[in-house]
Amino acid sequence: MSRGNGRPSIPVTIDGQEAMAYEGETILDVATRIGVRIPRLCYLEGLSVWGGCRLCLVEVEDDPRYRLSCATPVVAEMAVTTTNWELHNHRRRIVEMLFAEGNHICAVCVSNGDCELQDLAAETDVDHIHYDLQHPDASVDASHPKYVLDRERCVLCTRCVRVCNEIEGAHVWDVGGRGSDSMIVAELSKPWGESPSCTWCGKCVLVCPTGALAFKGRAVGEMRHDPAVIDFLKTARDEGKWYERQEAR
Amino acid sequence: MAKQIDLHDVAHSELEMRSRYTTRVKACSSTACLSAGAGPVRQALDQAAEREDVNSDVQVVPTGCMGMCSSGPLVRVEPRGAEPTMYAQVTPDIATRIIREHVVVRKLIDEHVLDEDQPFFSRQRKIVLGNAGRIDPERIEDYVAEGGYQALAGALNDLAPEEVIEIIDDSGLRGRGGAGYPTAKKWDMLRRAEGSPKYLIANGDEGDQGAYMDRTIMEDDPHRVIEGMIIAAYATGASHGYIYVRAEYPTAVERLERAIRVARRQGLLGRNILGSDFDLQLEVRIGAGAFVCGEETALMASIEGRRGTPSLRPPYPTEKGLWGQPTMINNVETLANVPAIVANGAEWFGEVGTAQSKGTKVFALAGSLVNTGLIEVPMGITLREIVFDIGGGIPNDGVFKAAQSGGPSGGCLPASLLDSPVDYESLRKLGSMMGSGGLVVMDDSMRMPDVARFYMEFCREESCGKCAPCRTGTVQMHALLDRICEGVGRRRDLQHLESLCRTVRQTSLCGLGQSAPNPVVSTLDHFRHEYLDLLVPDVSYNGTAPSVPPRPQAPDPAVTTKGGSR
Ligand SMILES: Cc1cc2nc3c(=O)[nH]c(=O)nc-3n(C[C@H](O)[C@H](O)[C@H](O)COP(=O)(O)O)c2cc1C
Ligand code: SF4
Ligand code: SF4
Ligand code: FES
Repeated sequence: MSRGNGRPSIPVTIDGQEAMAYEGETILDVATRIGVRIPRLCYLEGLSVWGGCRLCLVEVEDDPRYRLSCATPVVAEMAVTTTNWELHNHRRRIVEMLFAEGNHICAVCVSNGDCELQDLAAETDVDHIHYDLQHPDASVDASHPKYVLDRERCVLCTRCVRVCNEIEGAHVWDVGGRGSDSMIVAELSKPWGESPSCTWCGKCVLVCPTGALAFKGRAVGEMRHDPAVIDFLKTARDEGKWYERQEAR
Repeated sequence: MAKQIDLHDVAHSELEMRSRYTTRVKACSSTACLSAGAGPVRQALDQAAEREDVNSDVQVVPTGCMGMCSSGPLVRVEPRGAEPTMYAQVTPDIATRIIREHVVVRKLIDEHVLDEDQPFFSRQRKIVLGNAGRIDPERIEDYVAEGGYQALAGALNDLAPEEVIEIIDDSGLRGRGGAGYPTAKKWDMLRRAEGSPKYLIANGDEGDQGAYMDRTIMEDDPHRVIEGMIIAAYATGASHGYIYVRAEYPTAVERLERAIRVARRQGLLGRNILGSDFDLQLEVRIGAGAFVCGEETALMASIEGRRGTPSLRPPYPTEKGLWGQPTMINNVETLANVPAIVANGAEWFGEVGTAQSKGTKVFALAGSLVNTGLIEVPMGITLREIVFDIGGGIPNDGVFKAAQSGGPSGGCLPASLLDSPVDYESLRKLGSMMGSGGLVVMDDSMRMPDVARFYMEFCREESCGKCAPCRTGTVQMHALLDRICEGVGRRRDLQHLESLCRTVRQTSLCGLGQSAPNPVVSTLDHFRHEYLDLLVPDVSYNGTAPSVPPRPQAPDPAVTTKGGSR
């Protein structure tokens, strides 16, 4: 995990816990470091900030608006409350709507049990979808020899887009369409298997929070992602340090 | 170096040329009148003048919008030394008669005369539209003859950039793009920002339905926008400017491009503007016409050739904007106010409007009104004056029900608020907003839930899809509204709708999502009973509908209730 140089010098309070933060750290960085969990979906350590899932909004004292913790640098004496009843409800509704937007049938999904959307549902007390299921007419792209993209399970977090562009440097993925027609496309909308720039590195598959991107040949519940590998790679690359890490579940 | 225009010379010879004609006939050639048949009317005027052999005495001038679009095509006859006369609903036949009877034998065609003494015209106050309908927008000489580019010359000669900003600050000018941010503050931020080059963008995206204020300004008086931009660039130190116009506005694009070419040839753009050491390059950029591309970060992405989606702020554009450089985005109407303010002074401008909202605002007046069209009114005018004096009231003795300001991001104002002033603060307090200036009046045949559904459908279609609450929330809210409007909604649907309004408003990334619930919230505030009447009654266990009507739902038992998010 890369940090600013020197010693942490910015005093902040997160959920009543006092901490010292490094220059340039975001609220989410500090909270994670001191063991306070803030719900998040699009954020991934090692990638640029996207700010699309809006689950990481937190309350900052004396601030009339909620702040996006993945994008807001801490300032001295900042007092953060990571959840309140209103935020909890906002998060629950967003997670419910994400479920309603796709075709998330966990019982038949390769990622059942290894899914950040499932984890978020548990975290935000989603036990029921109150909204109309949108039943999207989304497609599956199984043209790649090693991997498969099932757009019905995509939550448009763009982690795959960013990891491919920023870490692998291939920029295979992009978001096509707009609004509720948005979808992840390879090479300006080609089948993935025909992509000349895909290096078969598999990073997009590793970072996908849901079963949208998976290795071929996995049966229900067999898929294991490893999003944390990106920070490991980035730290090694930027700082020449290979830290101890746990392999994927 | 380009040849320098001599403003006095040009103005002088233009006025002299005008005085050679005994009569000038102005024919509105703006989009609204053209679609009502202004093209053939102008041809008929030209042909009749030729036939009657009054060519050398009569000048037919194609102009921009004269305002009362509902009565178009409009023609205005201005005899030298006599009162002008406006004609409404002119056909080619009437045009021929105008030349033959009015111009040649000075006999008015009474049944087509439009009285200019009526409140529609007299209650307006024209600053940005001062030239619209008066000059030929394609001729820089016409603009210069009306005093154009004098403010620029004055600023370059006599004022330091800081002094220009001070004038704008004193004038109290606020952004006309919707939020009403003090213009001088923005200019000052760009001036102070580190980095070079700095960019200036005129926002002419105008994505709200029914709005055509900015289009009219760009089409009818392109040089005013350009002069405003040059002054803004001089004051802020910007060296490159873009005018962002949607592709649906081909006439605006064409006229702006022509005006830029002419201005460059005349030494008003490019290097050493008017002999000073100040340089500015201007360019028109064409957008694909997405509502969200009017949002400043999405607009910049679009200019850079990327997908037009908003990005997180901070950093704000004045710190890190176009291609990472300090950038300022001003609305077209905001910039069009600048030349008049610099020419006439802050005090002159401050006399119009209210303490907090100075100057005028252009509105596209539409809906159930006798007169619709483009109006410019002093801020602080009451809604009643706009609807009943300028708009002429509701046709066919209809009853005023509500007015929607601010388009899909705004809210409705019911009859009980007719006497509230129209300015930034008042509208916001009432749960609506100025927006860029759409104003739709509805009579009592409209059902307000339908209105809310209509705007929600627009937001659903225009959501860029980047953030989850707006992308999914507009779909869900639209579905709930749809169910309620179709008479199959239940009380719980209304409850979900209201809680989603709060979530989408407070958690969306950009202004589109944050304000998408506004029409729902405000119609619920003022016309809640209409929603309740549409609901399927809840049935109790003994099979009878409960007699107590559902009460307004209590808000989330929130620890705090915040205004939004960033
Ligand atoms: C969804 C959305 C659409 C917008 N559309 C426009 C627009 O069409 N024209 C405009 O001038 N400003 C628009 N704005 C506001 C701009 O982001 C920006 O605030 C404005 O251009 C600043 O100019 P001003 O300070 O002169 O008002 C829009 C904002 C949002 C959130
Ligand atoms: S495919 Fe996976 S990683 Fe890519 S946007 Fe969808 S959910 Fe995110
Ligand atoms: S609020 Fe809507 S338009 Fe704005 S970024 Fe989010 S999805 Fe895009
Ligand atoms: S984690 Fe911050 S917006 Fe998604």
